[in-house]
Amino acid sequence: MGEIQTLSRMDAGEEGVIRKIEGGYGLQKRLACLGLRVGKTVKKITSEPLRGPVVVEVDGTHVAIGRGMAEKILVEVS
Amino acid sequence: MKILLMGNPNVGKSVIFSRLTGTNVIASNYPGTTVEYMKGTMKYRGEKVEVLDVPGVYSLEPTSKAEEVAVKMLEEGDIVINIVDSTRLERNLYLTLQLLERKIPVIVALNLWDEAKHKGIEIDKEKLEELLGIPVVPTVAITGEGIRELVSRLPEAKPRNLKLSEEERWKRIGEIVSQVQKVYHRHHTLSEILGEASVKPLTGIPIAFGVMFLTFTLIRFIGENLINYVFDPLFELYTPVAMSISNLLGSGFIHDILIGQLIEGEIDYFQSMGLITTGIYVPFAAVLPYVFAFYLVLGFLEDSGYLPRLAVLVDNVMHRMGLHGSAIISMLLGLGCNVPGALSTRVLETKRQRFIAATLMAIAVPCMAQTAIIIGLVGVHGEFGLLIVFGSLLIVWIVLGLVLNKVIGGESPEIFMEIPSYRFPYWGALLKKLWIRVRGFLMDAVPFVLLGVLLVNVLYALGIIEFIGRVSAPIITGLLGLPKEAVVALIIGFLRKDVAVGMLLPLGLTLKQAVVASVVLAMYFPCVATFAVLVKELGIVDMLKSTTIMVALAFFVGAVLNIIL
Repeated sequence: MGEIQTLSRMDAGEEGVIRKIEGGYGLQKRLACLGLRVGKTVKKITSEPLRGPVVVEVDGTHVAIGRGMAEKILVEVS
Repeated sequence: MKILLMGNPNVGKSVIFSRLTGTNVIASNYPGTTVEYMKGTMKYRGEKVEVLDVPGVYSLEPTSKAEEVAVKMLEEGDIVINIVDSTRLERNLYLTLQLLERKIPVIVALNLWDEAKHKGIEIDKEKLEELLGIPVVPTVAITGEGIRELVSRLPEAKPRNLKLSEEERWKRIGEIVSQVQKVYHRHHTLSEILGEASVKPLTGIPIAFGVMFLTFTLIRFIGENLINYVFDPLFELYTPVAMSISNLLGSGFIHDILIGQLIEGEIDYFQSMGLITTGIYVPFAAVLPYVFAFYLVLGFLEDSGYLPRLAVLVDNVMHRMGLHGSAIISMLLGLGCNVPGALSTRVLETKRQRFIAATLMAIAVPCMAQTAIIIGLVGVHGEFGLLIVFGSLLIVWIVLGLVLNKVIGGESPEIFMEIPSYRFPYWGALLKKLWIRVRGFLMDAVPFVLLGVLLVNVLYALGIIEFIGRVSAPIITGLLGLPKEAVVALIIGFLRKDVAVGMLLPLGLTLKQAVVASVVLAMYFPCVATFAVLVKELGIVDMLKSTTIMVALAFFVGAVLNIIL
């Protein structure tokens, strides 16, 4: 088992598998529509400074996620 | 009969719409270009049928105003063409399955088929057709590939009436994708390397400054050269014609309306204020070149896919202004014309965000028509004046945003956005879009410019301007330090801001006065076209609030500039 980390605290370039999304049904659904679901592999591209959004790669596409949402996504870093 | 084009944002629905109907609509490479549905017609089985281009949605449970429109329209449709991004099959299939749970016949267009190949993605379309139980046609909308087949297979579209739970949907999608899609690993392409570099702050922020600098330099370069080498020479050829009309008319009211005042016996296209002098010179020779330059450069930026990356970079600042990064795209559109800018705020999720975005735009984002004339009015004194005008507006934009975010109750949602791949824009599509926008400008602007010029003449002739000038002198002269005739610009500004700024040219303003007048005119009130759209978008109550802020802030900032400069 790798280390569990929130998406916002992962380092740029790290990859991992989403294990949990700590949010309501609405958030889960919204995230799922852009490929962010439990069991999916994501790669962190970058965090913008000053609590700006996080950019991740999922299914070969980049997605920008607000910092608050990114803190609710738990990833097992590989 | 109604055919609906539905799909996720930024999969090319508008391009397919243009292909099917021959109607030209604006398409770009970022999610949310279409915020209102577009209607067109096509021939189908020998009869004319309606085709509707629906704003993009990820699911049938809407999260923004644009998505609400889409879901409502589903009730009225007879067939859905579900446009799917082949490079993002998995997430696109979610909407497909939801559509298949409805009673409406569906056909799938696997668009961006060429890009999928480039990316090393192979999709077995026969297998996909079998698993979904509906026709699947690969298309490359931008070149027209596959469109004919799509139309010929429309009759095969059928409803499936599936019943799936949320969990079952994703399970089914997983099964489908594992059976039909193969992804071959390849090296990073240049577009991917650029894609990462332009969102990582260390490289992205310098790139953003570079892109913006290049953008505005290019707009100015193209605009100025078009004026100097194309439009001014054309008007030089026209001058003798206008002069002979002037001589023919002699003097009197008709002459004043058509030709206006002769300046030292000559027509001065900025100062004469006649319908066939200033009235046509302003839209065609002073503003059109800049509008053309702006939309050419903007179109390139839009289609390349750069704008969403800019949105990500500025999100942290914009979030503190109660907005999120995507609002920067609305602001850029607003720099062309506030009307499409205001409409594009619909992609923002909440009413609060839309109010802040629309208010900030109406106050501090001057449209290109206005900017063109400000460059003429202030730019003659050098670059420094322009820097103060646009710098002041930028400061107002940021400070007002920060204040509104604090004052207005509620939170603004965070950014959550798919970033499209970089694409090299297709010239054909780019020029078509440029043409739609320039034509739109000419059709909407020219009548208002003429009306504005006519109104100026009538108001002068009736002595009304003289009267208002005297009454408002304490504010105009006392507070803002402008000559009292400048009040006419504020009146005409309701109609057209470009004509209004133009009205200041004959007054021989000093640099300081020109700066104050430009800033106040930009801020105090939106032009009538923008006003009408904002009333519709925000509702009359919010619009009144917004307008109060505008008027108060315009005179405050004008007075401050008058004191400190």
